[in-house]
Amino acid sequence: MPKTLYDKIWDAHVVHEDDNGTCLLYIDRHLVHEVTSPQAFEGLRVTGRRVRAPEKTIAVPDHNVPTTPDREQGIENEESRIQVEALDRNARDFGVHYYPVSDIRQGIVHIVGPEQGWTLPGMTVVCGDSHTATHGAFGALAHGIGTSEVEHVLATQTLIQKKSKNMKVEITGSLRPGVTAKDITLSVIGATGTAGGTGYVIEYCGQAIEELSMEGRMTVCNMAIEGGARAGLIAPDEKTFQYVQGRPHAPKGAQWDAALAWWKTLKSDPDAVWDKVVTLRGEDIAPVVTWGTSPEDVLPITATVPDPESFTGGKVEAARRALDYMGLTAGQKLTDIEIDTVFIGSCTNGRIEDLRAAAAVLKGKKIAVKRAMVVPGSGLVRAQAEEEGLAQIFIDAGFEWRLAGCSMCLAMNPDQLSPGERCAATSNRNFEGRQGRGGRTHLMSPAMAAAAALTGRLTDIREVMAEPA
Amino acid sequence: MEKFTPLTGIAAPMPLVNIDTDMIIPKQFLKTIQRSGLGKNLFDEMRYTQDGREIPDFVLNQPAYRNAQILIAGDNFGCGSSREHAPWALADFGIKVIISTSFADIFYGNCFKNGMLPIVLPQEQVEILMEDARKGENARIAIDLESQTVTSADGQVFTFEIDAFKKHCLLNGLDDIALTLEKVSAIDTFETAAAQTRPWV
Ligand code: SF4
Repeated sequence: MPKTLYDKIWDAHVVHEDDNGTCLLYIDRHLVHEVTSPQAFEGLRVTGRRVRAPEKTIAVPDHNVPTTPDREQGIENEESRIQVEALDRNARDFGVHYYPVSDIRQGIVHIVGPEQGWTLPGMTVVCGDSHTATHGAFGALAHGIGTSEVEHVLATQTLIQKKSKNMKVEITGSLRPGVTAKDITLSVIGATGTAGGTGYVIEYCGQAIEELSMEGRMTVCNMAIEGGARAGLIAPDEKTFQYVQGRPHAPKGAQWDAALAWWKTLKSDPDAVWDKVVTLRGEDIAPVVTWGTSPEDVLPITATVPDPESFTGGKVEAARRALDYMGLTAGQKLTDIEIDTVFIGSCTNGRIEDLRAAAAVLKGKKIAVKRAMVVPGSGLVRAQAEEEGLAQIFIDAGFEWRLAGCSMCLAMNPDQLSPGERCAATSNRNFEGRQGRGGRTHLMSPAMAAAAALTGRLTDIREVMAEPA
Repeated sequence: MEKFTPLTGIAAPMPLVNIDTDMIIPKQFLKTIQRSGLGKNLFDEMRYTQDGREIPDFVLNQPAYRNAQILIAGDNFGCGSSREHAPWALADFGIKVIISTSFADIFYGNCFKNGMLPIVLPQEQVEILMEDARKGENARIAIDLESQTVTSADGQVFTFEIDAFKKHCLLNGLDDIALTLEKVSAIDTFETAAAQTRPWV
């Protein structure tokens, strides 16, 4: 029977299958952060269980950590400090791999995993975090789990799962200038809705996906969860293998050859059967922004704020509430929306390529907003950006140059919006209060966020690109 | 985990679509290292003003719904973050059943790990139950997991689908980890074989 990529990875990891189709799935990599793990480790202590495979378990604090240079003196917020200290202690007590705040390799868990070569094609990867989907860019089956499941994986290295359905999202042709991976992933959610992928694992394919770098592919898969899917996948190819080769935890020598031989078989068979197919033309995708409080509230930057009455069902009320929360009126041009804050970072867009794209727009210019910050996704991304001179471009333009962490993506650390503040953000969620109570978030690509920083309003990157330097 | 027993109770109506886990329990309450005590912060930013006073309009602040055990919710309930703090907060408040046309995947799974039952019903039936819920204390909805039924206030019976394994665990209050550890020899066998076929993992 022809198989999809998802079918192949799934089949390679089934430990046991019950008569009703419930499976025990083996987990190759378990990533852990400080917010969703304390209760799981506590559960192990209470029941006297150990971590079954500490060598396959990687922990890093990211959500709570301050991103200011003084953070090594300690975390001021007591609850955050307790949570990070709990992770320090749990990592030590249970003997898992650990990147503490003081380690240059520390960063957002979904950036650290691929960077260190923990994430490899054909693996199953889980983390108590919905954006685990990011790792799907390597052709790994990767998804978020809850804390009870974190404890289950710690104790058994398996997960009780039922198989999802197969969905194919094809992006044909090439992207136009100024259009990025972020615009692809937001446009897909705009087309399918935040529940469009519920019950499915998505495989992204097509020429526009193949043409993306690994960084871009991670951006696309990162937001599979915003489309409701359990996971997003992209078949590994030469770019994938090149990215992986030589990373600290990637296989070497004969093991590399053996791994490569298997990885090359990891693609959907040509006659594989799909339960759902969505196709977008790469040429049709515009630079987009979100206007509301759900990631499906996506429009091309050239559009106007929609009228809630133009929707149907429960969405009418949700759109009304969103406009009220966002302080917008129907019919307003998106490019007339003024912003006061810019946030560049997160596991969606905190990698080196994202910083390069933003810096290219900012070079030699000054920001026109109250506050702008760049938060590199890891200490290593930060170091590389400094080496390439990007940090200086950001600083000269008026950006704050921060240390690695989740930061204003979810504002669990001190980086937050105040009520009514409006932010151009490269992160992945625009929910009410996500970036701070009463804060208003517009999601977009790093280049678009940089352009917004320069003009103080939502801006079409293509206009900035057209200007003579 | 407690066994899930038949339940008859008051339902709170929350017709909004796409209620996300950031709304259910905002991130400032994720800093706890415990599971309990989150009920007072359930729906915090919708429920309280910035200085901590109750917003009287919010459904769970209305006298009729303070002891609600059932939520009737709009489409795609529980989307967003994987935080299990969301079902913890709902459970701590006293919610045992959530009924909607659809749930986000991770949230749906998380409910079962905490003795809660998420029920998917078709739109028309959810609307009937939503009407019941709007009647506050004047309407009681009954849930029976064994027979997989929801009975509306005026006696209409709706049946729902549920995975047999999840039902079994919920009815018997079974702990997943203990169940899986019964299969530990299968895990050992898998690991030994994988060490041969994929030694780089
Ligand atoms: S950067 Fe944002 S989305 Fe990514 S893991 Fe951190 S909080 Fe979650």
